[in-house]
Amino acid sequence: MAVIFPKSSDIILKVLGAVVGLGALAGAAAYTYYTYPTVIDTGYQPVQPVPYSHKLHAGLLGLDCYYCHSTVYKAAFAAVPATSTCMNCHTQVKKDSPRLELIRASYATGKPVPWVQIHRLPDYVFFNHQAHLAAGVSCVSCHGRVDQMIEVRQEKPLNMAMCLECHRDPAPNIRPAELVTKLDWTPDRDPRAIGQEIVALKHLDPPTNCSGCHR
Amino acid sequence: MSLISIELPKTKNHTPELSAAAHTLDGNPTGKKYWRSLNHLAETPEFHDWVKRIFPANANEMMDGNSRRTVLKLMAASFGLAGLTACRRPVEHIMPNSKGTVADEYAPGESHHYATVMSIGGHVTGLLVETHDGRPTKIEGNPDHVHSLGAATALQQATILGMYDPDRSSKVLAGGKESGWSAFDAALKSISLGDGSGLRFLSGMVTSPSLTALRNEALKKFPKAKWVEYEAAARENELAGTAMAYGQQLYVHPRFDKAKVILSLDDDFLALDSPAPFMTTLFSRGRKVESEADLAKMNRLYVVESQFSVTGANADHRLRMKGSDVRQFAGELAAALGAPLALNVVGNAQNDKRGKFLAAVVKDLKAAGAEALVVAGPRQSPSVQALASWINQQLGSAAVSYSKPVMQNADSGVSALKALTGEMNSGQVSTLLVLGINPAYSAPADLQFSVAMSKVANSIHLGLEQDETATAAKWHLPEAHFLESWGDQATSEGLASVQQPMIEPLYGGKTAAEIVAKVIGYRDGKAHDIVKNYWLGRFGSAKGVSGEQQWRKALHDGVIAGSQTGETVKVSVDAKKLAAVLLAEAKPAAGEAKTVEVGFYPGASTWDGRFANNGWLQEAPDPMSKLTWGNAAMISPKMARDRGLADGDMVAIQRGNLKLDAAVMIQPGHADDSISLALGYGRTSCGRAGKGVGFNANLIRSTDGFWFAPGFAITKTGETHRHATTQEHGVIDDEGNNAEHQHDRNLVRETTVGAYQKNPKLVEEMVEVPELTSIYPQVSYDKGYQWGMAIDLTSCTGCNACVVACQAENNIPVVGKDQVLRGREMHWIRLDRYYAGDENDPEVVEQPLPCMQCENAPCENVCPVQATSHSPEGLNDMAYNRCVGTRYCANNCPFKVRHFNFLNFHREEKEVVNLVYNPDVSVRMRGVMEKCTYCVQRIEEKRIAAKVDGRREIADGEIKTACQQTCPAEAITFGNINDPNSRVSKMKKQDRNYAMLAELDIRPRTTYLAKLRNPNPDLASGGKA
Repeated sequence: MAVIFPKSSDIILKVLGAVVGLGALAGAAAYTYYTYPTVIDTGYQPVQPVPYSHKLHAGLLGLDCYYCHSTVYKAAFAAVPATSTCMNCHTQVKKDSPRLELIRASYATGKPVPWVQIHRLPDYVFFNHQAHLAAGVSCVSCHGRVDQMIEVRQEKPLNMAMCLECHRDPAPNIRPAELVTKLDWTPDRDPRAIGQEIVALKHLDPPTNCSGCHR
Repeated sequence: MSLISIELPKTKNHTPELSAAAHTLDGNPTGKKYWRSLNHLAETPEFHDWVKRIFPANANEMMDGNSRRTVLKLMAASFGLAGLTACRRPVEHIMPNSKGTVADEYAPGESHHYATVMSIGGHVTGLLVETHDGRPTKIEGNPDHVHSLGAATALQQATILGMYDPDRSSKVLAGGKESGWSAFDAALKSISLGDGSGLRFLSGMVTSPSLTALRNEALKKFPKAKWVEYEAAARENELAGTAMAYGQQLYVHPRFDKAKVILSLDDDFLALDSPAPFMTTLFSRGRKVESEADLAKMNRLYVVESQFSVTGANADHRLRMKGSDVRQFAGELAAALGAPLALNVVGNAQNDKRGKFLAAVVKDLKAAGAEALVVAGPRQSPSVQALASWINQQLGSAAVSYSKPVMQNADSGVSALKALTGEMNSGQVSTLLVLGINPAYSAPADLQFSVAMSKVANSIHLGLEQDETATAAKWHLPEAHFLESWGDQATSEGLASVQQPMIEPLYGGKTAAEIVAKVIGYRDGKAHDIVKNYWLGRFGSAKGVSGEQQWRKALHDGVIAGSQTGETVKVSVDAKKLAAVLLAEAKPAAGEAKTVEVGFYPGASTWDGRFANNGWLQEAPDPMSKLTWGNAAMISPKMARDRGLADGDMVAIQRGNLKLDAAVMIQPGHADDSISLALGYGRTSCGRAGKGVGFNANLIRSTDGFWFAPGFAITKTGETHRHATTQEHGVIDDEGNNAEHQHDRNLVRETTVGAYQKNPKLVEEMVEVPELTSIYPQVSYDKGYQWGMAIDLTSCTGCNACVVACQAENNIPVVGKDQVLRGREMHWIRLDRYYAGDENDPEVVEQPLPCMQCENAPCENVCPVQATSHSPEGLNDMAYNRCVGTRYCANNCPFKVRHFNFLNFHREEKEVVNLVYNPDVSVRMRGVMEKCTYCVQRIEEKRIAAKVDGRREIADGEIKTACQQTCPAEAITFGNINDPNSRVSKMKKQDRNYAMLAELDIRPRTTYLAKLRNPNPDLASGGKA
């Protein structure tokens, strides 16, 4: 019988196998790394249709978060404000600014401004703003110092590890409920001690079982 | 099936006192052998296959020819491609309102409830509709409405899916071609209606006060016009019967809560004959047992019927007979109570079952006196209705009242439809407006309605879908669904409610009132203005409250206080006069030998066909036959044997020109020599879900045999049909799977009131639970909330309301007939229906099976990825995003209550159907296991509400699971079992509380309260055990 493959093809086959195998492993590793929430989501900073500066409004002008995100205390979602909220001021202030063209158009036509969503949880996660604010978790715990951001970016990974870390030990992130929107709050004593007192007072016992967040 | 307990009870190793007291027959104190199907009774190999496996042998195969290997290849390729695209995060936009104020109630994602009302064939029920972001997602009953009392039936709840139905009509059609509203308006204007001599309106039963006002206005403007009302399943015999008895048409209002002895003459008041849930509620309140005192107060139900109905299944004593024999039975009963009726006595009281039954009923009814109640079903002739009225009067029953119809119309019923068809055929009708009904399908076959319709110059049809009538009409107009339009409805007593829309019409439809307003010549008759102006006119401004305020209150409450105009009347029957009328009445024709009688029933899923395109309903198993996606010619086991018929055999059912080929299904307990057919199937012009499903019973329905007709010949055609019945799905091995451990597990337990009074420990003793030790470390559940459920089998009627409620609440997909045949239906509650006793005359126990939330859950131990694990509050959590689909958990679940998404069932749905989803619950994808969660989203909602309010505790009863909320029989109790004062703890404390399969040491949180029957001691040894 004729020899179809020379003996050297054995080596080629082995090398080829090793290359394919290692390549697959490297691919899997790269895939895992690049799809990991801390990598794919943290730092996400899309360009918004209107160049709204949180640093100016929430930081320098000192608007409370609640002024615009008015549903946080009463609903699961922290709603993005209606255009009319912008127009409460901008009918007086900077009323002809070309940067506000889209806002004025939206107010006139009734069409919404297509803000780009930054902080997004998967569909199978049910996060409730109301519950967290009532417990005394500040905006800053998940969203960072938004009052210092010109353009908002996602600062925390917002992955399950982050949620569980706090649910297992909430004290460092708990503060008096009336101070949750004070993003620059610096307590005069150990924040953990303050948190522990509130946890005890309010009987806070955040769930760590699946249905606490997945329903 | 796997057993996780390490100690198993041994066979018949009973203590001596136990065997003497309880175990009379084969370890079962009731001596009953329960069976799910005739296959089960006969112990066929097919049945054993269902017992052994949760998924049948072929359940893993794909639908089409693709082998699993091909699919894996394809999946590998698509996974690689998906990997490339997943690295970029998709941009999603937030679209806030343009205008809004801080004071707005509206917050995105939060739900609101609005009151409205709906009518099914004249049965009016007040509802509360949950809406999320402006889209209605769930229907519940309105507790303030007397015909709902907080409950809603399966039909009512499923109408929400019907509103989003992508197959609904969205276009004005002229001669089958797309047209528009303005073209229709112009065409309508061009018709000269004159005095209305050629104008006819045809609608369903009108229960809307504002539409009645418009009707009267139209008939005033066009004095020679007529308005005909026709319902394929209506209460017209009730009105005719009272006219016969009292000389005036009256509605009969039975009060089941005031009756102790109830006889139903072919009245399925717990299901098909009462699409309003309140009758079930009132009836079951008369059977609630929470203390020893309640035992003596329990009502007793006797049922005489042909088809095995839900009411028959809940009877203490049931007598089966052909529908046409009920008249004779009612006559004999009246004669026995002293009516001057000369009727041949058929039965013999001494030895015959029928005679004994009659004698016992007579004695029991007499003894009950004012607390006796006899009801006659809408199928029964006016004379049976009249006899029932007379019997109630004779007994002095205080459990029935009568009221005058509020919106009476002389031209209603099948006789009026017959007259109309005659006029149409003779060319007297030039303009016909069909408002919201489908007579081309639902009219009796002998009327040949579509043929008559072709002779009408201007036939206009307003309907939700492009149905059979739309096809036959010159003009078809899309109708607005009741959830998207203004209207009003009043109950038979006259209690009115405003029907308020939840959403703008999705498909540009209009209401019947708007079309009538157009005909009358209103320039802009908007439904809202028609309804509001009507009520503002009626309100006046009494008591210093303005009409506007009263309107607002009516919208908020869902009932209009003081609108109950139906005058209650005191009436009496003259027995002699009635006897004369009955004698004069033609005797029902007896069929020739070898022919059979055919009876017609509203379909449990389709009613008269209007719900045929509703996937939730088509897939909800029939309460008795457990048939999905179709109907069948129901026959008795004896008839099947006599005629050599088997399940699925096609037969030709024929009488004269009327002929229908239908598949046979054997229904234990059905009357002999009689066939029952559900209406509403076999639609030819219908959407995707309903087209061609089942057999069209209207083809053999005639005006003279409207409800039942004798003289049908049946012949086998030789073909066969596969019924998608779920009666053997999820069957639980009731004896244990090997000889050493065999014992009767008594999955369902029942006893009689008498036996329970004698020995309250009876139920507990039915299965001996040995001392159990687990190899796993035990978790203590004695702190905080511990959720548990108790289901009272005495109350559960098996009506399907919970199944559909769960489907709506938890986004459960519809899988289709092919998938049901493979055992892949997804319902989180399985309603197990067990027969007991003789196949010709069995008793029935219904048992709803949600996830039992076992404390020692066998499913959790076998999950390789911890996708299912326990919460500290005793819930068996299911994390869908973690599940990889091994199905180990389902294989290890002794109750078979876990359901696997074999396919992406949701993805096949049209986009508009996505609007019905509950945003608080994940929509599951292919490859994911799912099961009942005790509505954990409702628990979390209330927990958060309590925390935000600063409350320490969630109040008892604050959390209601979807099934519990809607249960018309109030059979389900849910709450914190750690609180000894909670309702669920009190229910579980009863002696008849038992845990299914407790001997496996799984500690289910859902327990059952054994069914109590209240048999008549006189009949105890005869008839039924």
